[in-house]
Amino acid sequence: MLQHFKIAATALALALAGPLAAQDGTPKSGGTLNVVIQPEPPGLMIGLLQNGPTQMVAGDIYESLLRYDFDLKAHPQLAESWEISEDGKTYTFNLRKGVKFHDGEAFTSEDVKFSMDVFLRETHSRMRTYMEHVESIETPDDHTVVVHLKQPFGPFIGIFEPGTAPMIPKHIYEGTEFAKNPANNTPIGTGPFMFDEWVKGSYIHLVKNPDYYMEGKPYVDEVYYHVIPDAASRAVAYETGQVDVLPGGSIENFDVPRIRELENTCITDKGWEYFGPLSWIWINNNNKPLDDVKVRRAMMHALDREFAKDALWNGLGKVATGPLSSSTRFYAGDTPDISYDPEKAKALLAESSYNGETIRLLGLPYGETWQRWAEAVKQNLTEIGMNVDIVPSDVAGWNQKTSDRDFDLAFTYLYQYGDPALGVSRSYMGDNAKPGSPWNNVANYQNPETDKMFAEAALMANPEDRRAAYKAIQDKIVSDVPNLWLLELGFPTIYRCNIKNPVNTAFGVNDGFRDVWIDK
Amino acid sequence: MIRFILGRLVKAVFILLAILVFNFLLIHAAPGDPAAVMAGEAGAADEKFLADLRTRFGLDQPLYVQLWIYLKGAVQLDLGFSFRQQMPVAELIGDRLPATLLLTGVAFVLSLVLGVIAGVAASARQGSWGDTIISTLALLFYATPLFWVALMAALVFSVWLGWLPGFGYSTIGAGYTGFAHALDVAKHLVLPATTLGLFFMAIYMRMTRASMLEVSRLDFVKTARAKGLKRSVIQRRHILRNALLPVITLAGLQAGQIFGGAILTETVFAWPGIGRLMFEAINQRDYNVILGVFYISAAMVLLFNLITDVVYVIIDPRIRLTG
Repeated sequence: MLQHFKIAATALALALAGPLAAQDGTPKSGGTLNVVIQPEPPGLMIGLLQNGPTQMVAGDIYESLLRYDFDLKAHPQLAESWEISEDGKTYTFNLRKGVKFHDGEAFTSEDVKFSMDVFLRETHSRMRTYMEHVESIETPDDHTVVVHLKQPFGPFIGIFEPGTAPMIPKHIYEGTEFAKNPANNTPIGTGPFMFDEWVKGSYIHLVKNPDYYMEGKPYVDEVYYHVIPDAASRAVAYETGQVDVLPGGSIENFDVPRIRELENTCITDKGWEYFGPLSWIWINNNNKPLDDVKVRRAMMHALDREFAKDALWNGLGKVATGPLSSSTRFYAGDTPDISYDPEKAKALLAESSYNGETIRLLGLPYGETWQRWAEAVKQNLTEIGMNVDIVPSDVAGWNQKTSDRDFDLAFTYLYQYGDPALGVSRSYMGDNAKPGSPWNNVANYQNPETDKMFAEAALMANPEDRRAAYKAIQDKIVSDVPNLWLLELGFPTIYRCNIKNPVNTAFGVNDGFRDVWIDK
Repeated sequence: MIRFILGRLVKAVFILLAILVFNFLLIHAAPGDPAAVMAGEAGAADEKFLADLRTRFGLDQPLYVQLWIYLKGAVQLDLGFSFRQQMPVAELIGDRLPATLLLTGVAFVLSLVLGVIAGVAASARQGSWGDTIISTLALLFYATPLFWVALMAALVFSVWLGWLPGFGYSTIGAGYTGFAHALDVAKHLVLPATTLGLFFMAIYMRMTRASMLEVSRLDFVKTARAKGLKRSVIQRRHILRNALLPVITLAGLQAGQIFGGAILTETVFAWPGIGRLMFEAINQRDYNVILGVFYISAAMVLLFNLITDVVYVIIDPRIRLTG
């Protein structure tokens, strides 16, 4: 089985030798791609909905200006080329000519300005934050867009992907109430596939865009997204040949070793570089004795994360070294040591203010793997002499308890969005700690020093200055241990080996299946 | 008879309203709301996003106002709007109901017919090999969890043997019409309907067997035997007809429960019915959808109870209806 994995990895490495050319043999046209989608998306209009399943389907329909490889380097998509001024404040995009929306209307710079400045500013909570850095957007002609920033914003070049900055047709949405526009049911973008049909509870059907602007692409004729609510049934669907691609997280981890041994089956954990899903345990820094850094350090050294990786995640992913995923820009590997050392943990705990209190551990209600992980953590902490109770909940209950800060320890995992200013600082900034949301600084980590450093680092124009600043931030946060960092999660995408290029960007299957072809 | 039915229908409306209020309060007592779940799926929602969602869904109103708005709609058969699916609930349920009726209908008929036949066969020779085998199988079906039977059925008949499709309602992308489509749906129906039916079949079998044995010891059966009637005539005309009464009561009550079983079966077999709609709606706290499905299933249980009472009169002349 390791063989398969190695072959897949090598094939991918070779495929990526050219910048996103990702060709593995001579592409053949035709065929149907059958993919699992879970859960069923609430809608497909990506400007209105930013959840995973919506992105996976809508990534075929909508596009943005750029595309990013596994190293998060930008490549042309709807923008042919771009320049960034020396002061880091002006971005000029030259748009590809001859691009049409699925309804035949031309895609122009006006659509870019409308999407960013009007639509997404209103509907997209992440994009709204990024747009606060934008002073103005100019459209000197149909194929040029000039964005002026208020001050340099390092991560700006990394936001032009379909989940963050999708290009939305101005002629359909201008002057309408976006959330209620009937066009939301028949989404129209510039992407390689067009919406055809959605039978709720069963499948979503996309067909090839015959007027796509890249010669010969897409290769496959149609894509079916199959809605299968039970994880075991999704594994059966793959085994019986009804679906050919299982995106990361489709099946339970304990099924992965069995499925990947099937004939003609490849597996890759690539395609998550932009999201960089990092799992950790929120520590409620408000609660005694967790406000004592020695207790927090003791817990950190008590966790056997290698075991969790091997036993629960099939050896996929990496043990985290701090608040940044190693696929994120400015990751520093040489931060203070937080590795598994139960003796050190016991010694730290003995010196600390911990006095036998019962610690409530809130698991993540995302299936078996997470339940077992909570049990493993409980066992690790019990081994150094702590009392731990696991608190069960469902998704809505987990949201409520973390929002209300009604926990001592709580499992979570969050996306990093490629840059610490986009996906990391939000979890550690002092002024982002208000209760009421499970996606801010839930631990209530308060450190004015790192707050100031985060704010400055985001606005530096020079990448080397940013690198130094984020190294200092990582050192500081890791030594404070406001949270227990666990794993950079490895979500495997499983697919039949004759399906080529299902994952060839930092977004994996969430990017359009533009380059996919089937070797019959 | 008509007065009886009308009287029961009026009562049913009040019972239904009481069920709705109870369900409404029960759902709102659970932690978390749909806005938080939807915001969670967006990955990086801020407070403004959450607040906007709550305002849009009316979740910022006091609970009694929300209840009043819901009941006002429900009385006029308006089941409200699904927050998550962005569709009227009635439309969502309407789309999914036929699949559930097909699944539960087939499972119900299958389990009742086979259960009664097996029960009669087992009781004919109490303690024989046949009786032992049938009774043991029934016990096994009764005691095994539905989801496990479902998964094993999919594994054996779909993965290993490849005889039947393991999930879904029809072959996606096949484009069948007419008879070919019906046949395709029937193939997809075999595993979920059998799985769902097995449990109930076991109940009907055991009930029929016990009831047959009980009736066969009564005096009028002895009289019939003494008259020299044929064994098969006694079985059919004297014992079975009397023994069926408790089975019918049970079947009437179970018709509602079979709906509950459909939640699991539909989830495992990706059958696009309202059981699955319900399962997903509970996870997502999609209040109006949950209440809508409760509404429909409560109405069906009441209806089945009424039908049971009427069927009673038809098969048992001793019973008379009074409003």
